[in-house]
Amino acid sequence: MTETFYDVLRRQGISRRSFLKFCSLTATSLGLDSSYAAEIAKAMETKPRTPVIWLEGLECTCCSESFIRSAHPLTKDVVLSMMSLDYHVTLMAAAGHQAEKQLEEIKKKYKGNYILAVEGNPPLNEDGMFCIEGGRPFVEILKETAADAKAVIAWGACASYGCVQAAKPNPTRATPIDKVISGKPIVKVPGCPPIAEVMTGVVTYMLTFDRIPELDRQGRPKMFYGQRIHDKCYRRPHFDAGQFVEQWDDENARKGYCLYKMGCKGPTTYNACSTVRWNDGVSFPIQSGHGCIGCSEEGFWDKGSFYDRVTDIKQFGVESNADKVGGTAAAVAGAAVAVHAAASALKKAKKSDNDKVTGGN
Amino acid sequence: MNLNTAAAELENDPETAAGKTVYVYEGPVRLWHWINALCIVVLSVTGYLIGSPLPSVSGEASANFLMGYIRFAHFAAAYIFAIGFMVRIYWAIVGNHHARQLFMLPITDPKWWAGIVREIRWYLFLEKQPYKYVGHNPLAHLFMFLFVTVAAVLMIFTGFALYSEGAGLGSWQDRLFGWVIPMLGGSQATHSWHHLGMWGIVTFVILHVYAAVREDIMSRQTMISTMISGQRTFRE
Ligand code: SF4
Ligand code: SF4
Repeated sequence: MTETFYDVLRRQGISRRSFLKFCSLTATSLGLDSSYAAEIAKAMETKPRTPVIWLEGLECTCCSESFIRSAHPLTKDVVLSMMSLDYHVTLMAAAGHQAEKQLEEIKKKYKGNYILAVEGNPPLNEDGMFCIEGGRPFVEILKETAADAKAVIAWGACASYGCVQAAKPNPTRATPIDKVISGKPIVKVPGCPPIAEVMTGVVTYMLTFDRIPELDRQGRPKMFYGQRIHDKCYRRPHFDAGQFVEQWDDENARKGYCLYKMGCKGPTTYNACSTVRWNDGVSFPIQSGHGCIGCSEEGFWDKGSFYDRVTDIKQFGVESNADKVGGTAAAVAGAAVAVHAAASALKKAKKSDNDKVTGGN
Repeated sequence: MNLNTAAAELENDPETAAGKTVYVYEGPVRLWHWINALCIVVLSVTGYLIGSPLPSVSGEASANFLMGYIRFAHFAAAYIFAIGFMVRIYWAIVGNHHARQLFMLPITDPKWWAGIVREIRWYLFLEKQPYKYVGHNPLAHLFMFLFVTVAAVLMIFTGFALYSEGAGLGSWQDRLFGWVIPMLGGSQATHSWHHLGMWGIVTFVILHVYAAVREDIMSRQTMISTMISGQRTFRE
């Protein structure tokens, strides 16, 4: 008989009551109506368990750190028991040859049926030598493991967009995984790190419904990345009113005004921070008085200062933004016009002088 | 055809003989021009203030809506600008051939290139007289194409893409223009391009107004009154 998720959970000591609670909790956090709780329960009781292989490339493990801090203890227990069985470099009990053997076995046994979750990305320079795992370049392991996966999850800004190791000049040529893996559905869950509840939500959705969540144009799950921080920010009324923090620690900062002028990237950042928040829903950056730095946006390290709204455009030199480039162009045009007008007036005056002398019109 | 014969042909065009008056810009074109001018002023000022807001207002947030009104003015003017542009395209199809000038560059026509050279020389004070043109002179034509037609398309596409972020996934703005954002490398980069486009148009407006006033005085044809009455009169 094939093992189901439910079997695994029971074996891990999770009661049926907790299991059902988990199902309704999951339905709620995914924004589904309550009837889905029963559907989730049924799926987990009947469908064979889908293994998850969690690979780590060039990264800092902040995604794993975030993941294991998922707020609700139940979610944590359930999701971890669903996953820890398989392969996760940081969390698994096995090590060395034993661990590598396990990976090989899962790949063989569940060929085409496991989910590959990738934290970090492969560096491609020097044949991938900047990231070696088990004596081999990570890029090779990634490609092989992806080849037999059912679907791939790109955790965090690293796997999705490259993050800091891919920031200019990117000496190791760290490359987002979707540039290396082809022909597999890839779910991008950007953020540095992504929010724990978003991560568990995505995993649970994929494991229970056996399909990937609906994605937007950039491959992110719509249910968590459909809106900007700005769209749901609790300081938004101050933005609309025109009330801004003008300087760090000024009176307006104490009043909790909008951080737009301090360079808040909330208006250009898609993530769930302003609704789900962090650390068990305690707070999020804007709530503690600092603007969003746009950590879930593509190339956020290279998009200019975290403290400017009109940010630098690298193509025009190091310290130039649209206002400086455009303002200069407009000023030069204005000055040229003034000089040209003076010269034209002179020419006209001369012409009418000549006309008088020669008696022309 | 070499440049000299092109020049001679331009010089002796009977349509532009001194004292002659030609009907150039039909009503809808003129109306569009002035509505557009107004839109550009409103869009540039409000757009700048969205990027760099005014000093903070005091009082309860619920009692103020300054940023909201500024954004509203921007979006309202943007809709008028975009719809105007579409009507203008329609008129380019049904209107007279001058109405089409804004949308086509005759880059294969040596006469046009000769005209550009002559205009540049005229602005550098190297020519006594410019040629006369019923429509736009070639240099103006090139600038209009780049800073009115191309720039308007850039602004409409980036603008509606940014608007779609507020309108939400699945809105018509998102379905029609949402793809622009990932193409330009994200929301922040799209803002930067939209901002640069504004400065491009402002720079053009400065040159355009100056050139129109100057040509009205110094060239051999009317300019400003032509965009009001539609008639162009030629002088010696
Ligand atoms: S603090 Fe940031 S996200 Fe919040 S309203 Fe202001 S600009 Fe928008
Ligand atoms: S508020 Fe912005 S910078 Fe902070 S975690 Fe959320 S997306 Fe990242």
